[in-house]
Amino acid sequence: MTTRIERRFAELRAQNRAGLITFLVAGDPDIPVFEQLLEGLPAAGADLIEVGMPFSDPMADGPVIQAANLRALQAGITLARTLEIVRRFRERDAATPIVLMGYYNPIWAYGRLRFLDDAIDAGVDGLIVVDLPPEEDEELCLPALERGLDFIRLATPTTDDRRLPQVLKNVRGFLYYVSLTGVTGVKDAIAEAVAPQLDRIRRHTNLPIAVGFGIKTNEQAAAIARIADAVVVGSALVGEVAAHLDERGEARRELVPAVHAKVAALARAVREARR
Amino acid sequence: MLTNSLRTGPDERGRFGLYGGRFVAETLMPCILELEAAYEEAKRDPAFQAELESWFSDYVGRPSPLYFAERLTAELGGAKIYLKRDELNHTGAHKINNCIGQILLARRMGKKRIIAETGAGQHGVATATVCARFNMECVVYMGERDIERQQPNVFRMRLLGAEVRSVCSGSRTLKDAMNEALRDWVTNVATTYYLIGSVAGPHPYPAMVRDFQSVIGRETKAQILEKEGRLPDVLIAAVGGGSNAMGLFHPFLDDSSVRLIAVEAAGEGLDTGLHAAALLRGRPGILHGARSYLLQDEDGQVIEPHSISAGLDYPGIGPEHAWLKDIGRMEVTAATDREALEAFQLLARLEGILPALEPAHALAAAIRLAPTLPKDALMVVNLCGRGDKDIYTVARHLGVRL
Repeated sequence: MTTRIERRFAELRAQNRAGLITFLVAGDPDIPVFEQLLEGLPAAGADLIEVGMPFSDPMADGPVIQAANLRALQAGITLARTLEIVRRFRERDAATPIVLMGYYNPIWAYGRLRFLDDAIDAGVDGLIVVDLPPEEDEELCLPALERGLDFIRLATPTTDDRRLPQVLKNVRGFLYYVSLTGVTGVKDAIAEAVAPQLDRIRRHTNLPIAVGFGIKTNEQAAAIARIADAVVVGSALVGEVAAHLDERGEARRELVPAVHAKVAALARAVREARR
Repeated sequence: MLTNSLRTGPDERGRFGLYGGRFVAETLMPCILELEAAYEEAKRDPAFQAELESWFSDYVGRPSPLYFAERLTAELGGAKIYLKRDELNHTGAHKINNCIGQILLARRMGKKRIIAETGAGQHGVATATVCARFNMECVVYMGERDIERQQPNVFRMRLLGAEVRSVCSGSRTLKDAMNEALRDWVTNVATTYYLIGSVAGPHPYPAMVRDFQSVIGRETKAQILEKEGRLPDVLIAAVGGGSNAMGLFHPFLDDSSVRLIAVEAAGEGLDTGLHAAALLRGRPGILHGARSYLLQDEDGQVIEPHSISAGLDYPGIGPEHAWLKDIGRMEVTAATDREALEAFQLLARLEGILPALEPAHALAAAIRLAPTLPKDALMVVNLCGRGDKDIYTVARHLGVRL
């Protein structure tokens, strides 16, 4: 049986193009607006969707995504509500893979095994948990794989050839290559630096490789789309959300179309990159 | 090998029972493994240990005295109270013990840039001090709120050549400073050594910091045996992250007759929601690289702690403390802001010692407990820092303008 993520990457390969993975934070800027954002992402050109699970202390994130986490928490988002949102999305869209990304503590507090069961039931396809390296696979990765939920791991510029096999061992779905050492959305990804790293990693795995961190512009997205299987854009989209809030922090009318327009532009850049 | 010892942890995965571990981003993982290997090697190297001893004696001023607090003992009318005077160390707190150890390790690893987080500023000052002495670049992250209430230490750090970076996110205290330090580390991992100040963070930090601080307990054991000819009955120490307590307790873990009492910050009161009592009011969770007790809401979001003492104002606690609590080896109590202020003043008047607000919490617990114990009971309170840095805070709470 193939998974939704496998099917999506097979389609992308057949079209000889990279995919666009969008990242937004669940419940940012509030729950109803986030649901509108999510619902429109596939039509705007998102091939896979990453949904951030908000946490009070997002240690791997830069200021833009930190602020989004706080907005979402203030708007009353919880992990249970995040799963409900995914469930409603899944009723309307059976094809677009959804990957939840976040930190371990909210999952641990929810009950890690109950969370896995509820996530599968809601229609989640994969998990990225930033603070669970392979050394902690027993916590969540192995139980997720047993249940058929993909566990997507991050590889970074500091993951050397000696360590790569360990990082790749229990990955399912795709590998997420972090283009730089740093937090999200601060530095810029440089395709020339990423390319040899992808070559290196491909000697160890046939999994699709998505590249993220520091991809903000259409040009950067296109450059990465020429060398990677998918391009992840997060802070630039979350920043677009923040740019369309009024002085009370509420969404202006043009917020949803503006974010979707940005996704559409990125999607065009990614789709045309290899032509 | 003593198989039933409580002093053998953590295991090879960095766990103390359920607690500890290495919950960090992949970018940091190779670096943490490198640190672990470097520390294991240094620990077994007699030359490293000899160098550490020499810095302890000639630079830090160790051993610190074990002082019989005669007037405090008479006032309370119970147990005989000794104070372990780590506030007499260079820089005025126990923090320097760990900083000397880690800077020697950083130098051994060829690192040139040091980052640290600080709450009360004591760890920041100690880090800035060793960086000055060892000629390393030093960046200290400190919450904006802590910068306001610990101005003297901020100035000391700057005099020592450190860059103090103000952290404006979250509660703007120690937890947020640690988040920001981790963000710096992940960005500058190749050049930078993260000098964590407490028995917190991912493995190997909790064990390594404990080892460097255990000099406190080793000295205490030798000193009390010399003065009294027997082990103490009770050891009391304040816990925020828990490094001074672990340093005092660890050499006594297998001495089952010795009660170990950790004192958390009860802030405005344990039932007000305004406290920093992770062991008494938190539950297990994962923050800053380790699983331990954590102040968090139902959804696993970290709750902002509160304490008059910036050094105790942290929502977590070291993983070894969590384990010692669960297995019943360590007792846990708490002292409020008010009790700490009273203890601060009492020690000043009776013994001529201004304690930091952190050990003032331990003193407050000692003041409650001592009268209930027989006069021949022996109690050691870890006086882990001096109170000069806190006089502005104390003055404000007493309604005095300086």
